Amino acid sequence: MINSEPNNSRPALAARRKSGLHKHRPSDYVIIAILLLIGFICIAPIINAIAISLSDKTSAAMGQVVFWPKNFNSAAYEEIVKEGRFFHAFGVSIRRVLLGVSISTIISILMAYPLSKSPRVFRMRNVYMWLMVFTMLFNGGLIPTFLLVKSLGLLNTVWSLVLPGAVSVYNVIILMNFNKGIPPSLEESALIDGANPLQILLWIYVPLAKASIATIALFTMVYHWNEYFMGKIYINTLDQQPLQTYIQGLSVSLTTQQMASLTPEEIIRKLAMSNVTFNSAKAIVSMIPVVAVYPFLQRFFVTGLVMGAVKE
Amino acid sequence: MRTAKHEIYYNAMMVIGIGMLILFSIIPMFGVIIAFQDFVPAKGFFGSKWVGLKHFQRLFILSEVRGAIRNTLIIAVCKIVLNIFVPVSFAILLNELRVLPLKRAIQTIVYLPHFLSWVILGIMFTNIFSYTGIFNQLAGLLGVQPQMHMISNSSFRQIIVGTDVWKNFGYGAIIYLAAITNIDPNTYEAADIDGAGRWQKIRFITLPSIKGTIVLMGTLALGSILNAGFDQIFAMYSPLVYETADIIDTYVYRSGITKMQYSFSTAVGLFKSVISFLLITMSYVLANKFADYTIF
Repeated sequence: MINSEPNNSRPALAARRKSGLHKHRPSDYVIIAILLLIGFICIAPIINAIAISLSDKTSAAMGQVVFWPKNFNSAAYEEIVKEGRFFHAFGVSIRRVLLGVSISTIISILMAYPLSKSPRVFRMRNVYMWLMVFTMLFNGGLIPTFLLVKSLGLLNTVWSLVLPGAVSVYNVIILMNFNKGIPPSLEESALIDGANPLQILLWIYVPLAKASIATIALFTMVYHWNEYFMGKIYINTLDQQPLQTYIQGLSVSLTTQQMASLTPEEIIRKLAMSNVTFNSAKAIVSMIPVVAVYPFLQRFFVTGLVMGAVKE
Repeated sequence: MRTAKHEIYYNAMMVIGIGMLILFSIIPMFGVIIAFQDFVPAKGFFGSKWVGLKHFQRLFILSEVRGAIRNTLIIAVCKIVLNIFVPVSFAILLNELRVLPLKRAIQTIVYLPHFLSWVILGIMFTNIFSYTGIFNQLAGLLGVQPQMHMISNSSFRQIIVGTDVWKNFGYGAIIYLAAITNIDPNTYEAADIDGAGRWQKIRFITLPSIKGTIVLMGTLALGSILNAGFDQIFAMYSPLVYETADIIDTYVYRSGITKMQYSFSTAVGLFKSVISFLLITMSYVLANKFADYTIF
């Protein structure tokens, strides 16, 4: 009798695993097909938006554009360049990101180091820790925070977008957990040389935690770039509006009364006149900074997530 | 002696951050007293009239608020369930893929939507679900009549849940992929020798090995049962779908910031904060007890 079973002895399996020469079964191809489909579904809305932004207005509004532009033209992008408001808002967002990331990151670095000490060395540690965790669990809500920001006179300034969320307890905990893994012997030898804690933080901890610091800085960057609601409630002057808030204001092109009183056909005609290509082009351009840092993000976020999830 | 000197440094390092937290997180917690007042900004916290539980009584009478609570629960529960089920399935499927370059390419693509803002995605999905959009064209192939999904009460919630899963399932799968990576490969080899098929290995090795992670994520998700996703819904809803899409947070925004009913909307917000606080605390306690999970 001929043995048609694959050789499943342990050395044979190990050899196959090592060489990467797995025999592909039909189910492997099914899995590849499903995963390719999933990947496509994830990227399809973005391709669709790019195609719409590069088409002419009428074809786009009539729904003739799927994944390839129709009557290719760059009018929408030229319109963006001509219209000063988009790039003004872009500039506000960049200012917000620079301020927000530097303030948050510096605060996180400063807080994570003492908090990584045990309560025996730093007696107040757990008091601070509980206070911080409590702010994660409970908040005063939208209106009291709004009234506070208003009474501090921060409305319509970039500070209203940066200061209220400047301390990210989550980021501090991620960095603190990383600091806990740094061997204490490094610190002890610096202490013998007469270094003070600030010097130890700057000379030993910060250089070792570079990757973790980069991770939280990138996450903070993406947060500040994408956040639009603070811009909506704290900023009333158009020239202080960050980009996402400005774009959010555009996407509501039809008012409620209009929508309620029109027949579907009339709404379609109205929507045909609304600027689908222009809005799509704005969405694409405002995505660029996030897509640009995405390769770096991807390198770091797996470690970041694991650090956040696996404690002690 | 030396440690005491160090503690001065430590406290100094904490000062800015703790100060900011007290200012922007703790002080607003005291601001919730306006929920028990008829707050008038000109009269301030101490000059406004105290009205006891008036706003809370109104809260339970208004059908708008009851609708918002119901919508919040429906949307949040659907999201919690699917945001565990889909990432787990995807992680298991991806783990079965042996072609490494393809695996990396797919990971790169599916993680990306997590980092895009709901404002941008709102524009994209408005196009896709519009009357002439791709979705209706696809449905048309199956003979379904086109609909204006973004302003339809019968499909808006499904769009909210579906697009949220679309945005986050890849990123959510990372933690399960990490758990799967930790499984000892010898276990699979032993199963191979015993002649176990792919499905049997998934069922008897992979799934049991990541069960702990699934339970932990499910427990932690309990705390977000009143968070239906404000950023998303606010960027995508319109008055025509308030009936099915208005959640507690969007209601608080409209009654508080737009209509300036400060006291009433603080009461609604406080109602939510208190229940959320209890739920999150409970979920942490459970996670700590059953999975040794610690926040710090």
